[in-house]
Amino acid sequence: MERIEEQVIVRKTHGLHARPATIFVQLANKFNSSVKIERDGEIVDGKSIMALLSLGINTGVEVKLITEGDDAKEAINELKIFLEDEDKND
Amino acid sequence: MIKIKGIGVSGGVGIGKVLILRKDEFSVPKKKISHDEISREIYRLEEALMATRKQISDLQKKISQEIGFDHGRIFEAHYLVLEDRVLIEDVIKQIKIKKVNVEYAFSESIKKYVDTLLKLKDEYLRERVVDIEDISRRVLKTMLKEKTLSLSDLKEKVVIVSHDLGPSQTASLPKENVLGFATDVGGRTSHTAIIAKSLRIPAVVGLEVATDNIRSGDKIIVDGSSGLVIVRPTDKVLKEYREKSNLYAKEVKAIHIPKAVKVRTKDGKAIVVSGNIELPEELPLIKKYGAEGIGLYRTEFIFLGRRDLPSEEEQYKAYNKVAREVLPHSVIFRTIDIGGDKFLSRPEVPHEMSPFLGWRAIRFCLARPEVFKVQLKAILRASVNKNVKLMFPMISGIEELRQAKELLDKCKKELKKEGKKFDTDISVGAMIEVPSAALTADVLAKECDFFSIGTNDLIQYSLAVDRTNEKVAYLYEPGHPAVLRLIKRIIEDAHQNDVWVGMCGEMSGEPIFSFLLLGMGLDSFSMSIPQVPKIKKLISNINLKDAKAAVQEALKLSTSKEVEKYLQNELRKILGDDFYRILMI
Repeated sequence: MERIEEQVIVRKTHGLHARPATIFVQLANKFNSSVKIERDGEIVDGKSIMALLSLGINTGVEVKLITEGDDAKEAINELKIFLEDEDKND
Repeated sequence: MIKIKGIGVSGGVGIGKVLILRKDEFSVPKKKISHDEISREIYRLEEALMATRKQISDLQKKISQEIGFDHGRIFEAHYLVLEDRVLIEDVIKQIKIKKVNVEYAFSESIKKYVDTLLKLKDEYLRERVVDIEDISRRVLKTMLKEKTLSLSDLKEKVVIVSHDLGPSQTASLPKENVLGFATDVGGRTSHTAIIAKSLRIPAVVGLEVATDNIRSGDKIIVDGSSGLVIVRPTDKVLKEYREKSNLYAKEVKAIHIPKAVKVRTKDGKAIVVSGNIELPEELPLIKKYGAEGIGLYRTEFIFLGRRDLPSEEEQYKAYNKVAREVLPHSVIFRTIDIGGDKFLSRPEVPHEMSPFLGWRAIRFCLARPEVFKVQLKAILRASVNKNVKLMFPMISGIEELRQAKELLDKCKKELKKEGKKFDTDISVGAMIEVPSAALTADVLAKECDFFSIGTNDLIQYSLAVDRTNEKVAYLYEPGHPAVLRLIKRIIEDAHQNDVWVGMCGEMSGEPIFSFLLLGMGLDSFSMSIPQVPKIKKLISNINLKDAKAAVQEALKLSTSKEVEKYLQNELRKILGDDFYRILMI
């Protein structure tokens, strides 16, 4: 079991509100590891859309990602890159 | 008579009796439960969540089939709420500790989150709150065994007036019996507005005070084109709007009924109007809207949302199903058009500053032939009925086209050795969406069978504008003289080399530009499928020589605004006021 923490600045144009929040939660749920996200001392479950939205994360906000489990490294890498990417036109 | 001004989000006129839908027309009872009843309440929670999931999945299927997958996708957030562990644990905790019934516990939990979200005072979150309330009402009604507001048994035709409507509510209304929508809240981009428009039901949102001034049973006019709602109209006004409504209804209907699949301009040039497809569920739309085959089949769906690569066999089955279904017409498969990051684990893909300019589409495919060849072989095998074409996205120069074709030849040889059948003369096209390809179209045309102009990207690359960035999105102009010159040049270079040209961007489904593109000589138009009948009707009313003359004039103009204005006037002159107005709805 590995536990990893990393500071990330959210670069999504509209923050984690609309679709990006949905995609983040979908992404987080792909991993076995637990995913936590911390903002200003408040820690919530990153696999929960309700909890994530309640942090009201705008673009430019710094958060801490915490993953724990057998694929913690993979999870944190993928989630970090997602948060740091601006929105792609897909 | 009262007139209320709002935002018209779906055109046309609806006249009828009001049915007010109140958001809280059911109440949630609070009951104390005994210790023995806890497990039963938890079981009821799971049952309700599962049943609601089924309802949403049915709705999503219905919406995907009726109006396309993009719209079905708006229910993604609904699913996440139903699966939300934090929410579910919170509800269970309340049931256990406070010893209350599941309905009450659930509605309290939701309320807690909604209050937090509303306190953040953010426009985007407000839209999320609409989704969350929509889904939670569904869950509660399932628990309470209340009829879901599907109004499926609605006996008479009504105009729905409501404070707001959730997207799943809007989607489940029986559209035959809904004459119009009028709501207090909502904006042009709300999910509800999008669904109303797709279902072609007149709708006005953002009225703010509608529910204060309107009662069930009132007579009401909803003019979704001008954004006006008239309550208890005088006889004179009513008569005027009845005429308007009849005209709209008849002609709007007529314009969206597919006629023959093939279409010709008024002076006889045959034009192919086909559809863009993203998901297999959308296939029935092709027949429903009378599209002449598929001009763009996005193959990405088969790769997304999974961690392994689909095998040749699996891909072949998917492509073959499409090819057979679309007979006697043809389908153009676009090879993988996404970034390498969607396929490979992170360490192999460096973080990109400008993903649009990065390692994606044909660039990724050529770098990873072991991935690309599997797809090429699968597409080749689906071509046995000779109705499959193949195109490569994001070609920026002749070398990429050559390399891709070389790989294709290799695949053909391998298939032959394996004794597998395919169309040996399969048509191969290049997507023209990078300015360097547009400017060397004469070179590319000598080595492929057709072009498909991808306008969404061509415009972004030519004008250096990322249209998902709100600050610069206003610069995204299909009518920009630079874009028009590029397109004209692509078509001319292609025709000089006996290569036909199609277009699969949004531009081809916009009436004023369809008109212009006809004049430029475009051979084939592919668009979001519900647009197809309308554009065919337009084409059959246009003389090529008028369109050609319009191209001459439009190319003399210096701004996108001037171009659009000119084309609107021209089209109005040619089609007449009434037809023009209906076309623009």
